[in-house]
Amino acid sequence: MKNGVGRHIPKELNPFVNSSDFLNHERRLIDKKKKQSKTVFLNSYKEAFDFCQIKDKDCLSFHHHLRNGDKVLQSVCEAVRNRGLKALHFAPSSIFPSYVGMIDLIKHNQITNIHTNYINGPVARMVSEGHLSGRLVMNTHGGRARAIESGDLKIDVAFLACPTVDKSGNGSGAIGPNACGTLGYAIPDLEYAKKVILVTDHLVDKLEDYQFDGEYVDGVLLVNSIGDAKGIVSGTTEITRDPVGLKIAKDCSVLIKELGLIKDGFSMQTGAGKTSLAVVNDVKQIMKKSSIHGSFASGGITKAYVDMLEECLFEHLYDVQCFDLDAVKSFAKNPNHHAMSSSKYGNPFEQDIIAESLDFVVLGATEIDLNFNVNVTTDSMGYLMGGSGGHSDIAKGADVTIIISPMVKSRIPMIKENVMTVTTPGEDVDIFITERGIAINPKRQDLIDKLKNSNIKIFTMEELLKKTYDMIGVPMSVKTSDQIIGHVVYRDGTVIDLLKKVHDDYIR
Amino acid sequence: MFRSLLFIPGNNPSMLQNADIFTSDAIIFDLEDAVSINEKDNARNLVETYLLTNKILPKHIVLRVNPVNTEFIDDDLDLLRNQKIDYLLLPKANTLSLFIMDKKLSHLEKKYGIQPIKIICLIEETKAVLEANELAGHHRVKGLLLGAEDLTSELGINRTLKGEEIQFARSQIIYAAMNHRIISIDTPYTDISNEEGLCYDAKHAAALGMKAKTAIHPNQLEIINQVFSPSQEMINWAKGVVKKSNETGRGVFQFQGKMIDKPVIDKANKIIETANKYGLL
Repeated sequence: MKNGVGRHIPKELNPFVNSSDFLNHERRLIDKKKKQSKTVFLNSYKEAFDFCQIKDKDCLSFHHHLRNGDKVLQSVCEAVRNRGLKALHFAPSSIFPSYVGMIDLIKHNQITNIHTNYINGPVARMVSEGHLSGRLVMNTHGGRARAIESGDLKIDVAFLACPTVDKSGNGSGAIGPNACGTLGYAIPDLEYAKKVILVTDHLVDKLEDYQFDGEYVDGVLLVNSIGDAKGIVSGTTEITRDPVGLKIAKDCSVLIKELGLIKDGFSMQTGAGKTSLAVVNDVKQIMKKSSIHGSFASGGITKAYVDMLEECLFEHLYDVQCFDLDAVKSFAKNPNHHAMSSSKYGNPFEQDIIAESLDFVVLGATEIDLNFNVNVTTDSMGYLMGGSGGHSDIAKGADVTIIISPMVKSRIPMIKENVMTVTTPGEDVDIFITERGIAINPKRQDLIDKLKNSNIKIFTMEELLKKTYDMIGVPMSVKTSDQIIGHVVYRDGTVIDLLKKVHDDYIR
Repeated sequence: MFRSLLFIPGNNPSMLQNADIFTSDAIIFDLEDAVSINEKDNARNLVETYLLTNKILPKHIVLRVNPVNTEFIDDDLDLLRNQKIDYLLLPKANTLSLFIMDKKLSHLEKKYGIQPIKIICLIEETKAVLEANELAGHHRVKGLLLGAEDLTSELGINRTLKGEEIQFARSQIIYAAMNHRIISIDTPYTDISNEEGLCYDAKHAAALGMKAKTAIHPNQLEIINQVFSPSQEMINWAKGVVKKSNETGRGVFQFQGKMIDKPVIDKANKIIETANKYGLL
């Protein structure tokens, strides 16, 4: 049957209806884990596997706060290989290019199913080409929290990298040789996994402030190193110098101002790319010029937001993950720089989530279509190269959702008649800004009316598509295979799109 | 005519592809100084392909060709055949090079039956500064553009932020251009990361009487457009003057405590005309 964004979804997969349909359903909660005995200190992954009695088909989860510097998932992969375990279900909150340890395990059916919110690099390539024997399920950050608390995603053992752990099993990301700041994505795993192992390279007697409560921790595994600091801090701190990116950013900040969104007490979130940083900088200049003070900024936090907090332009930062060292340091010392869990960030069934308090968000896209549906999951040939992360969560929650992108990237058009993969439904996308024009979702007549007397020219998405075709011609349609390799699951647990194997003609 | 003109090297495809999105009033496609000798053919081919294949082109297009005494000039001028170019920027302009260019253009126009080509003279030699009035009076010439880098190099002096060293050249160009009712265009500010310096330089040039300024990076355009546009305060004042003039029907009257007469009313009308042209009303 066709789901709410017009995609054919098998009935048994619970097709997506619309982004507000969760309001018609009750929150489902399994019991939070109960610790069986006092925290055990372990000396090797082998000991940890024995302690947790990990067996074939178990589900192992991880967080991605150490990003490309993570050594924990890699070490677990090695232990799985050594023990010859089969048909495991891996559930890292994201999969980064450095997670190459998974490749052999997928090849040899030691990993057969994957749950994640973002996937990039060699593992993404392998899955795209159909080498995962089971299915890939792509969640949103808030949706993963919902899936775990509801029991849709049952975790047997959570291996949680933790930069500092104390002797009671409490854990913090703020300090330690591999400090990464907040640990927001791992909170659902901590609270609901059957067994929780904190993996650390920094043990202290007692932590006064901690994000991981030792009450949920079964074991602490002390290792030489949990990560490589260089890979952990992967956010950019530089504003783009690209004239096209700067034009998009300028047009975006002018539009935000015209819509009256920059006012005392406002809140915002942006991505962490160079163009997003240019938007943040432009907003900052507008705030300073007009003496405007916002209430909070949220999301993955970068130096740009830390500076604004320190200059009292924002009262609070709500941080689910720190993107750079300045954010890590700020989180450790500034009481107004708060950690938030992925559930508090974007779980549709959680009370008073941050996503729903946002006035506006500025996000990127890989493709956008005439219905404003956004793809941030696959590239133009169908290869997996990302995923929602928090995209769908905050697009739904914020009052105004803005997508920014160049109209053409490396000769590939951004606007499609239909996106290859729907990640975020068009009903939650309000404005699309390119260097060659701005389109507003016709469903947001209120925004169109607000701009009637401004100098900002508004195009329809069809007009922008025509402009694209005038520039580069009409692209050939992309072939896909019929083999389903996974699903894109919307934040409420329904399937918004299917993921298909890349067509054999494109496998290179 | 223009407030801002952006130089784009002819051999930079990504800049060419985006030439229409920048906020400059004109784009100068450069085949000369920004293009090394072994890239000349490439640049010419790229610009030609861009002009012939792109459906959306910049509002005004200027082509900076190579000097008339180089081997490249005839091939460069061939690009004029496509009739997409509004102005030709003549480097190392002086009365002799303008004479030669005029002959070449007349020949081309006759041969291909194309409209007369308009010229902007690039004043970058001491000789040209002294000949500015004569150059401005030529029937093809619609603008004078100061090229301060080559000029100060010839003079053996350094450029400074205050720009005292080019004050005479600026004034010569401003007066010659005004005398012949053509546009005076200021030299680019070369420190692309110094917004404060650009702002000072542009304001200084505008205060002397320059009507436009060139940019070598798109990020300079916002400041240049702002400086060379009438301010909102000026527009409001001009609107008030014109309104009172129309209401009273008198040639002399008081406005905001000051005497207004015909030259002031003419100035106010000019401000409104300029503001209207740049969509500022």
